[in-house]
Amino acid sequence: MIEANAVYVIVMRELKKFVRERSRLVSTIARPLVWLFLVGGGMSRLVPTGRGVSYMQFIFPGILGMTILFSSIFSSISIIWDKEFGFMKEILVAPISRFSVVVGKATSGMLLSTIQSVIILAFFPVLGLSIGPLQIVGIVFVCAVLAFALSSFGIVLASFYDSYESFSVIMNFIVMPMFFLSGAMYPVKLMPPVLRYFTKVNPLTFGVDALKHLIYPLEKGPMSADFPFVIDVLIILAASLFFVTLGGKAFERKG
Amino acid sequence: MQHIAFFLVNSSMQIIAVRNLVKKFGQIAAVDGISFGVEENTIFGFLGPNGAGKTTTISILCTLLAPTSGTASLNGHDCHAESALVRRSIGIVFQDSSLDKDLTARENLLFHAYLYDVGKSERKKRVEDALAFAELTDRADNLVKTFSGGMKRRLEVARGLIHRPKVLFLDEPTLGLDPQSRANLWEFITDLPKKHNVTIFMTTHYMEEAEVCDRIAVIDKGKIIASGTPAELKKIVGGDVIYLKTTDNRKAVEEIRELFGAEASEKDGEIFISTLRGEACIPAIIREIGERVLSVRMQRPTLNDVFLKLTGKEIREENASAGDDIKEAVRSYRRRHDRG
Repeated sequence: MIEANAVYVIVMRELKKFVRERSRLVSTIARPLVWLFLVGGGMSRLVPTGRGVSYMQFIFPGILGMTILFSSIFSSISIIWDKEFGFMKEILVAPISRFSVVVGKATSGMLLSTIQSVIILAFFPVLGLSIGPLQIVGIVFVCAVLAFALSSFGIVLASFYDSYESFSVIMNFIVMPMFFLSGAMYPVKLMPPVLRYFTKVNPLTFGVDALKHLIYPLEKGPMSADFPFVIDVLIILAASLFFVTLGGKAFERKG
Repeated sequence: MQHIAFFLVNSSMQIIAVRNLVKKFGQIAAVDGISFGVEENTIFGFLGPNGAGKTTTISILCTLLAPTSGTASLNGHDCHAESALVRRSIGIVFQDSSLDKDLTARENLLFHAYLYDVGKSERKKRVEDALAFAELTDRADNLVKTFSGGMKRRLEVARGLIHRPKVLFLDEPTLGLDPQSRANLWEFITDLPKKHNVTIFMTTHYMEEAEVCDRIAVIDKGKIIASGTPAELKKIVGGDVIYLKTTDNRKAVEEIRELFGAEASEKDGEIFISTLRGEACIPAIIREIGERVLSVRMQRPTLNDVFLKLTGKEIREENASAGDDIKEAVRSYRRRHDRG
């Protein structure tokens, strides 16, 4: 059962706090830009990509994925803060289902991540990419679904941890490997077989891959997308459903 | 006889009824078979030292924990099986603040109103009323992190009442407040049953604060060791003590024994008399031997004396007590097993 009033007010709280914390917005926007222009710019000279997209253009879908990954996980990990500072109790004793709490958190994570990825997306002309309006609609849709899946995944993580000491564990052992094993920085098809296996259990891989299809649909060869577009979209939709259900279960288990 | 009386009390409307409640964390029984009832629109005090099982009991009543065995019901609903109905009937002020410090006072109240599905027509009015009630109208749009401890507690109490609960739980509401704010908060709390038609269930380990309660249950090591009105509990320690100084103490002691049949003895130049109704005894003594009395004072037993008598220890022991060990054990058990 989902209570609309609860989902609404949880989302409003997150949006209000997001708008209020300017520094958070600056840092979540700055990280992908640093990667895109400093890492991407430097590597472009090193990585020959033939006649297709440049390396900086190649990682652009991955950088969008990174924006979504970090902001979704951050957003969900705030549950640990809420537990630590006691506000979670206010929510847990309210006459609302645990699932509403999870849906509210996942929805706010989705909205915040999508807004941030749209800001990063606006840099595409600087990279010399041409993206049409229809592609943009597709990109925003994929970003939103991916953000919902990753936010829900973040909620599952947050349900396992009670203190913010665990935050660095999550960042170093889950978030960073997820980023590097997603095809964001190098094509999946060029990875060693062992690593390729990990990319296939990583929902971010399929989100990034879908974005590759949408951002440079004509690309052929080693830098092109690795999986069929339909498969990508189906997998991130399925991951959304799977993690939000798991998050609901993880929350209900408590108390 | 006692059992019949027990049933008679039971049949009247009890807003909270707890029967043989047990909660174990691994091997440790934090609550060990307690039973009690709370009458509607009264203030009920749950007293005990740290780690006695107060917070565990509240958590069960608030549906946050499932009991190991026994039952607890609130407003006629079972706290475990009908948790949704129970949650609608209760407001809670936790031991640790559960406000969002990055939101304003008004936003915290609005959040609560939405969460409890207060209708659109009512919402604004109730939030304004709550702000006025907490005396925070002029600070309504300030972030909660700028508030003092007393302001935060008042805001939390006001928030807990927005959805018009039947029972308001206050878990150590004055913990960490300065004496001035504590006194103000108590004034505020004792008005609640009349003004808001609500039953107060509070825990505290400040014995003097429990004086405002209509009924008290004293809990220690997970068991209720005494219950009754504050006056009834004080009778456990034997009533009031009157101290007298007279021109001739020895003669006065004899006279008092003779006249009142009361227990009187002399110590350090002062006569002390144990009696159940000190305020009625003093005029009688003055009437009989008044011309020889130099000074008179009376001491009432405090709830601290009650606790001391029942357990042989002070309720607040300064050094880390056994209670803290239990608290720590429960906490680490929960970390391992049921997370959060």
